[in-house]
Amino acid sequence: MAALPQHTAARPQLAATLAHPAVQWFLLLLAGLGLPFLVYPVLAMEMLCFALFASAFNLLMGYAGLLSFGHAAFFGTGAYLFGYASKMLAFGPLASLACGTLAAAALGVVFGSIAIRRQGIYFAMVTLALAQIVYFALVQAPFTGGEDGMQGIPRGMVFGMFDLQGEQTVLGQTAPWCLYLLVLVLCLAGHALIARLLASPTGLALRAVQDHEARARSLGLQADRIKFWVFVTSAALAGLAGAMKALVLGLASLTDAAWNMSGEVVLMTLIGGVGTLLGPAVGAFFLRYLHHALAGLGGWVTVLIGAIFVICVLLFRRGMVGEWRAWRGAARV
Amino acid sequence: MSDIPLQAVLSQVMLGLNNGAFYALLSLGLAVIYGMLEVVNFAHGALYMMGAFGALIGLEYLEAWTGIPGLRLTFWWALLLVPLVVGAFGVLVEALLLRRIARLEPIYGLLLTFGLALILEGVFANGFSAAGEPYNGKPEALEGVVNLGFMFFPRYRLFSMLVAVLSCVAVWWVIERTRLGAQLRAGTENPAVTSAFGINVPRLRSLTYFLGAALAGLAGVVAAPIYSVGPHMGAELIIVVFAVVVIGGMGSILGAVMTGLALGVLEGLVKVVYPPMANTVVFVIMALVLLWRPAGLFGREA
Repeated sequence: MAALPQHTAARPQLAATLAHPAVQWFLLLLAGLGLPFLVYPVLAMEMLCFALFASAFNLLMGYAGLLSFGHAAFFGTGAYLFGYASKMLAFGPLASLACGTLAAAALGVVFGSIAIRRQGIYFAMVTLALAQIVYFALVQAPFTGGEDGMQGIPRGMVFGMFDLQGEQTVLGQTAPWCLYLLVLVLCLAGHALIARLLASPTGLALRAVQDHEARARSLGLQADRIKFWVFVTSAALAGLAGAMKALVLGLASLTDAAWNMSGEVVLMTLIGGVGTLLGPAVGAFFLRYLHHALAGLGGWVTVLIGAIFVICVLLFRRGMVGEWRAWRGAARV
Repeated sequence: MSDIPLQAVLSQVMLGLNNGAFYALLSLGLAVIYGMLEVVNFAHGALYMMGAFGALIGLEYLEAWTGIPGLRLTFWWALLLVPLVVGAFGVLVEALLLRRIARLEPIYGLLLTFGLALILEGVFANGFSAAGEPYNGKPEALEGVVNLGFMFFPRYRLFSMLVAVLSCVAVWWVIERTRLGAQLRAGTENPAVTSAFGINVPRLRSLTYFLGAALAGLAGVVAAPIYSVGPHMGAELIIVVFAVVVIGGMGSILGAVMTGLALGVLEGLVKVVYPPMANTVVFVIMALVLLWRPAGLFGREA
């Protein structure tokens, strides 16, 4: 009985500590370091890449209210340009990652200046069509390897001392730990950038634009400009995610740029929770794991993905994180 | 350009017009569904694919599947029955799925029908070869070529264009000139007032999706003898049709049809002049039109 008051006193303190951003980022880092002990390390890295991809997409869908159905174009461009820089130009991994990211950002500028004029479903259709141009360009470009994709992209060394190719054993788990750390740090950095952006004055303005665009405009906010730069940021991060995927798998393929991929990132975000910070990452983990676990099913995976889509839209629009929050919120009241 | 023979240009223009007729038929269905239900039907390509498979299954597999000897659907029967079946499937989709999200933002309709398209595509990809199968049921009467004066053109392709144009005219007539069409337009404009006049708006919505799906199914049946019948035939097409719809604007039926035909011809011309661009020219045009007129050529700002 005597322990009870202590217990209730300690809880708010613990909750306050846990709510501190620095503590939360540290916990995420720890969770990230633990991931390769739970799943196959290459799968873990793939999950992290897709988590960043989905979060970049969610920046646009969840916080700017713009559903892009062409984000695979940025992901694919990031992957292919990483491959081009690393394999053809023999750049180091970091410079190659930067190449992929910048190329996707430049593409984002082009897409953004065309698509930002339309909203809602038209925005979705326009981005889908623009992405199709990129897809066909990648099919025909001389360096992409056409239908085969670009294979055997080297991983290389970081700062001349960290070998991304080699494997090390940590706590009994053998994995390419250098590569894993790089991917984890970049993934977390991308998420931190998104969180920082949303907490900034620009983020507040973005929320105002999403809530009531006409009113935000009448307050003097340049809605189109804000949306444009969010679009470019989202494109750049999606490009980084694609470049990291090419780094991890040593492969850039047409699947990365195809419309199915654009649909898949929508589903990751939807299933995890649109407009939540962690939701898209959760959705990406879930969906990548599903792909991995059900690889033996072959073509039926498409049917399953479609069914999950339909179920999400019908019954589960808040996503996993959104539902959990709603449940916790209801429990508190 | 001068070294390209006129014959090649003309034949590509005719083939382009043929493709354009399909674009027109599909974008018309999309526009009809969007007008009434505010749903951008991503499954439209899948319904088109279902139409083509309907014709193929009726011809090649029905006998084996049902075990009734001699049971085959000839092309003409398929042309009549398959659109009705696809339309009925559409009614089910509307009643079981789309109705539940009718009050939400249109974007959810797009996502739901995208999921549906994946399901349909996946099911057919598992049952049939991904590369596609030819449809060998082209009727005798439509074999051979016709002399158009300036070139010889396959009789069947001419027929397919005729079907597409007639269907477009029929849909225009129903919507603009009949009592039912007036009710549809009223239901689109103001559902609450329309139902206050005693018109059954939910039934109108079902009927609209039936009409749109049946049009897609019809396009599929007509397309079956021309293109090979495969599970992915609708997916690529639907993205082009989306671009057509963005260019034309979804407001007008005539706009959708004209844009579809014009883009088909343009695609044909590009195929002669600069083949690598043929796949993308529609999307490039779309980007240019958006820069010039954000609402599309015939559209109102949405």
